[in-house]
Amino acid sequence: MHLEEFSEGTSLFHRLDPRVKFVTFLPYVLLIAFSDGIRVPVLALALSASMTVLARIDVRKLASRLAAVNVFVLLLWVVLPFSYPGREVFQVGPLVATREGISLCGSITLKTNGIVLATIAMLGTSDVFSLAHALVHLRMPKKLVYLFFFFYRYISVLHEEYVKLKRALSVRAFRPRTNLHTYRTYAYLIGMLIVRSYDHSQRIYHAMLCRGFTGRFPVITHFHMHGRDYVFGFGMVLLTVCLFILMSHGR
Amino acid sequence: MHISEGVLSAPVLVAGAVFSAAGVAIGLKKMRYERIPEVAVLSSAFFVASLIHVPVGPSAAHLVLNGLLGLLLGWMAFPSIVVALALQALLFQFGGFTVLGVNTFLMAFPALVAYLVFSPLLKSTHFGVVVVAAFFSGVTGIAGGAILIGVALVFTGEGFLNVAKVILLAHAPIMVIEGMITGFCILFLKRVKPEILEVVR
Repeated sequence: MHLEEFSEGTSLFHRLDPRVKFVTFLPYVLLIAFSDGIRVPVLALALSASMTVLARIDVRKLASRLAAVNVFVLLLWVVLPFSYPGREVFQVGPLVATREGISLCGSITLKTNGIVLATIAMLGTSDVFSLAHALVHLRMPKKLVYLFFFFYRYISVLHEEYVKLKRALSVRAFRPRTNLHTYRTYAYLIGMLIVRSYDHSQRIYHAMLCRGFTGRFPVITHFHMHGRDYVFGFGMVLLTVCLFILMSHGR
Repeated sequence: MHISEGVLSAPVLVAGAVFSAAGVAIGLKKMRYERIPEVAVLSSAFFVASLIHVPVGPSAAHLVLNGLLGLLLGWMAFPSIVVALALQALLFQFGGFTVLGVNTFLMAFPALVAYLVFSPLLKSTHFGVVVVAAFFSGVTGIAGGAILIGVALVFTGEGFLNVAKVILLAHAPIMVIEGMITGFCILFLKRVKPEILEVVR
């Protein structure tokens, strides 16, 4: 399981301080989420798209991500134009599409993609460990960050366990179908996964006790703010404020 | 089971974030430091389990298992789900950070309900009672989540009413499947490793 597929690279975005990225990322995406209409979402989408270009994200990987994200949006396009009240635009059989419904769908599509692109460009370009480290600096509850860290660390381990269990099933000629036997088998598989995760966690706990865990992780790499971090941070704040002014004035 | 970004209105997003923050705070308070590995690795197991696609007639659905999670973790389901969703938002951009609060709440709250209502019954020595309680925990997890998705959409705009109905209907078969899987799974754990059912206490 390769999880951090965008985090390797040497672009500006890969080198920025994760703390700066977090602090500027949140207001920016919240602003997009809170915006409506077409103008601000279009601008934000363009901005986020240029960020992914600056971060030199692989276009093919990016496209497959976007495709997955737009499945839910597609569901909205199927239902919403025909069920949202408003002025009629065209008709398909008994279904009437409304102008308001279509423009709402358009707005949602732009916003969703704008936020997703910004997430990939800004947070996807850091590895998960440094993001967790940054969260500690940003006064996130330590327990939550540790939980996140262990949870992330053990996904690949549990995934291996899962692959082993699945292999054991296929050796025994298990074929999933819509029947009780299938569901029971999957339930036992999940149960076994839970049992193994429990055993793992006990071993981790004992290992922590052996090492005299006192509630903090020592790290080797520390964050340092560089000129580029200040410039980037200032630029993002400026852009977010501009978008905010655009949003609150004249639509 | 989640709502994408850019769909919901600001008040709904804020309400979801506030409710979830409260739930996470309570969950963290109940989670002592030495429990962190347990809760974390269990969350990893659920994360992996949610990748399983089970056949439903000609189609397939992936598992959510929030009812089961609730039975095992109680209030700690909130922090467990929030880290899983944060990772999904980070790595796969499913859900996302602006809807993190709403999505956490719509999965974790039904998990909590399943815990509060059904977990006392799991102590029963009568396996029939245990299976039925676990089955309804699974149903509650999905049904509660689907209903909360609908509520979030309708509070965003009345025009979403039909979308909400479609979503609720689409989840009906998954409810039953999750119920069955939760039932079998709890029975399995009770026979194989009963101490796991004690993690909450």
